[in-house]
Amino acid sequence: MTGLTLAFSLFFYVAIDVFLVGMMLKIWKYVSTPAPLKIPQTPAPKTAAGVGFRMFREVVFFRALFRSNKLIWVGGYAFHLGLLFVFAKHLRFFFPATPALVDTLVNIDLYTGFVMLAALTFLFILRLAIDRHKFISVVNDYVLLGLLIAIASTGLLSRFWDSSDTRAMVPHIKEFVGGLFSFSPGPVPTNKLFLIHFSLVMLLLIYFPFSKLVHSVGIFFSPTRNQIDNSRKKRWGPWTVKNPRHSRSQEPVPVSQSLMVSKEPSDS
Amino acid sequence: MAEPVVEKTPAEIVSEAHPNKDYHPPELTGEIRTPVVEDGMIIKGVTSAVKPYMAKENIQAQLGFPETLVDNWEAAAVKKLGELLERYKSLQVYLDICVRCGSCTDKCQFYLGSNDPNNMPVARAELLRKVYKRYFTTEGKLFGKMAGAQKLDLKLLGDWYAYFHQCSQCRRCSVFCPYGIDTAEISMAAREIMDSIGLGQKYVNEILGKVHSVGNNLGMNPKALAATLESTEEDLEEETGQKIRLPLDEVGAEVLMVTPSADFFASPHVESLLGYAKVFHQAGISWTFSTAASEAGNFGMFIGSYSQMQKVASRVSDAIREIKPKRLIVGECGHAWRVAYSFWNTLIGPFDMLDPKYPSPQHICEFTLDLVMRGAIKLDKSKNDDYVVTFHDSCNVARGSAMGNEPGGQFTIPRALIKSACNRFVDMDPETICEKTFCCGGGGGLLSDEIMQIRIQGAMPRMQALHKVVESDGVNFMALICAICKAQFTKILPKYGMPVSMAGGVHQLVANAIELGAKA
Repeated sequence: MTGLTLAFSLFFYVAIDVFLVGMMLKIWKYVSTPAPLKIPQTPAPKTAAGVGFRMFREVVFFRALFRSNKLIWVGGYAFHLGLLFVFAKHLRFFFPATPALVDTLVNIDLYTGFVMLAALTFLFILRLAIDRHKFISVVNDYVLLGLLIAIASTGLLSRFWDSSDTRAMVPHIKEFVGGLFSFSPGPVPTNKLFLIHFSLVMLLLIYFPFSKLVHSVGIFFSPTRNQIDNSRKKRWGPWTVKNPRHSRSQEPVPVSQSLMVSKEPSDS
Repeated sequence: MAEPVVEKTPAEIVSEAHPNKDYHPPELTGEIRTPVVEDGMIIKGVTSAVKPYMAKENIQAQLGFPETLVDNWEAAAVKKLGELLERYKSLQVYLDICVRCGSCTDKCQFYLGSNDPNNMPVARAELLRKVYKRYFTTEGKLFGKMAGAQKLDLKLLGDWYAYFHQCSQCRRCSVFCPYGIDTAEISMAAREIMDSIGLGQKYVNEILGKVHSVGNNLGMNPKALAATLESTEEDLEEETGQKIRLPLDEVGAEVLMVTPSADFFASPHVESLLGYAKVFHQAGISWTFSTAASEAGNFGMFIGSYSQMQKVASRVSDAIREIKPKRLIVGECGHAWRVAYSFWNTLIGPFDMLDPKYPSPQHICEFTLDLVMRGAIKLDKSKNDDYVVTFHDSCNVARGSAMGNEPGGQFTIPRALIKSACNRFVDMDPETICEKTFCCGGGGGLLSDEIMQIRIQGAMPRMQALHKVVESDGVNFMALICAICKAQFTKILPKYGMPVSMAGGVHQLVANAIELGAKA
């Protein structure tokens, strides 16, 4: 194994571990933190199916964003949709024999990578051009957009700039990726664009669980969207309380001892 | 003569306020403009000095809070934030997932009216998120300012004190956020932190003290309440020629009525009270107020205190035990209805002792509309022909509660009731009503005089929308179902050149129209 292969294999294992462990810890935190009160943003669905539909509309169509700001919706939705297709097409690197559906997507050449890049650039410009957005942005907002733009650019360059070289590379990439997942890494492709693209993606994976990108899982835990509005029909709680006070004749207790909340098992 | 240098205490620095006491709102045009930088309208920090009075030591002590800003305020605040992050999923998730997309930035009435960019919901949340990142996240600890992390210093604490009292916790921002991030949750957490380090708001904390010691927000003791009700009964008999009662503490009544204490004598609130009394009288349903639960309002919610909220709500369970009613009805109060509808079952439920045939609790509008639809009471619409009516959806009702069996009943039920009591009804601009309603500008504990500037500014979008229908349709009555909205608008309407008489209750219209006497 060459030094380069060793380095990139380790890079991959570290990055994927940080990503998986980081995300699992985040998800666990969101699952285990109680939501003691019913706070759905009304009007809200009164059934679980309704909540499922509300979530579906948000995740699949970005409904609230569409109603709020069409410009950001265009940029954000185009980016995410482009990303979805790009992910799907990358699946070809994970199977020795490319599945038929993935193959079709690749061959149709919807230029979704370009849509993704254009959308990211559009969002970057919006952040700088609209005064309100510029005011609220922090440096890392631009860094993240820049990282994504660099990933998209290097990926597109890999694919379209020197296509003959790229086509030749595909089986090597498949071999390398396959080797990573079977813990017997094969030689890493030495194409510079590929290595840069790969490295940037690894950096993104490492940064992911520490950044605002956790919104990808967090949205499902947003109480204003995932709670059922049935507080009159079904009692939410009760919660185990350290100092139950149901009569005003008791003295107030200092805040340090005050109520809350170890959750009863029933949470949704 | 040289002035002696007097060192300001940290508490004084944090709460030092310079509001513009002569603030005059701009002329109404009917349009709501988003402030932009180019025309010099956005001025960072323009309302950073608009702050409420601090609660005095005895008020703080009564609620179990530190009496004044504690010496180790930074460490104590960070510790409290850590506790809250483990207690509230909303706080933990919302501090993490905001991507600063900016779609909320032009949605808050306080930003639209004050032009201070810290009143953009995302910027307001950032005031707390900065501290969260600095002390609780790897990204914040490693990257500092680049990640938007910041140490909690006195200046930032002063900004917390200012801007978290320029949010009425109306949740308008959460409608427009892709994830439903609710700045109200952040504002409540920030106030809870501030209270825990001795930085309390006078208006809200004083009122909470009154509830605990006397029984209601206005400090009306049982004797005073009984006397007021008796006097109002006399007025009612004079007006109607009928003995319409306002019962108090009548054990065994079918309905326990819990209403905001302002309804007992404030104007125009009391007009709605007369409406309730007439409705119960004509429907022949026995009912009573209770001195134990003489306040529907629950300011515990505004300071994010679960324990205070529960303590205030426990008065209702005391009253239920005493009166043994079959039904529980809440009067025209916005945040009280949110607490009643969404939280009472959790805080003081279950309501097993009440008749399961009826929702517990029930809103007076649900109750009255049901009577109207069944023909149990009759309304003569022509009695309100002097009015062209519009309806202001109160924020907590619109975005924090429901009525009836279908989502959105909190919009349709009051409107249906109004339309059954008057002939001419007009809705304001669709972008300003129902779930997109603008807060009156006085909710969430902002109803005190020293922050009148931000109240006037926060009301601006609603005033613009109202002005539009005044011009186009001759609207001269804005019906309300919230005691805070009524108090706010009676102060604010004249500042915008509109008559005080425009603000009134839905049950005020019902009181005018209801046909009293022998049933048909």
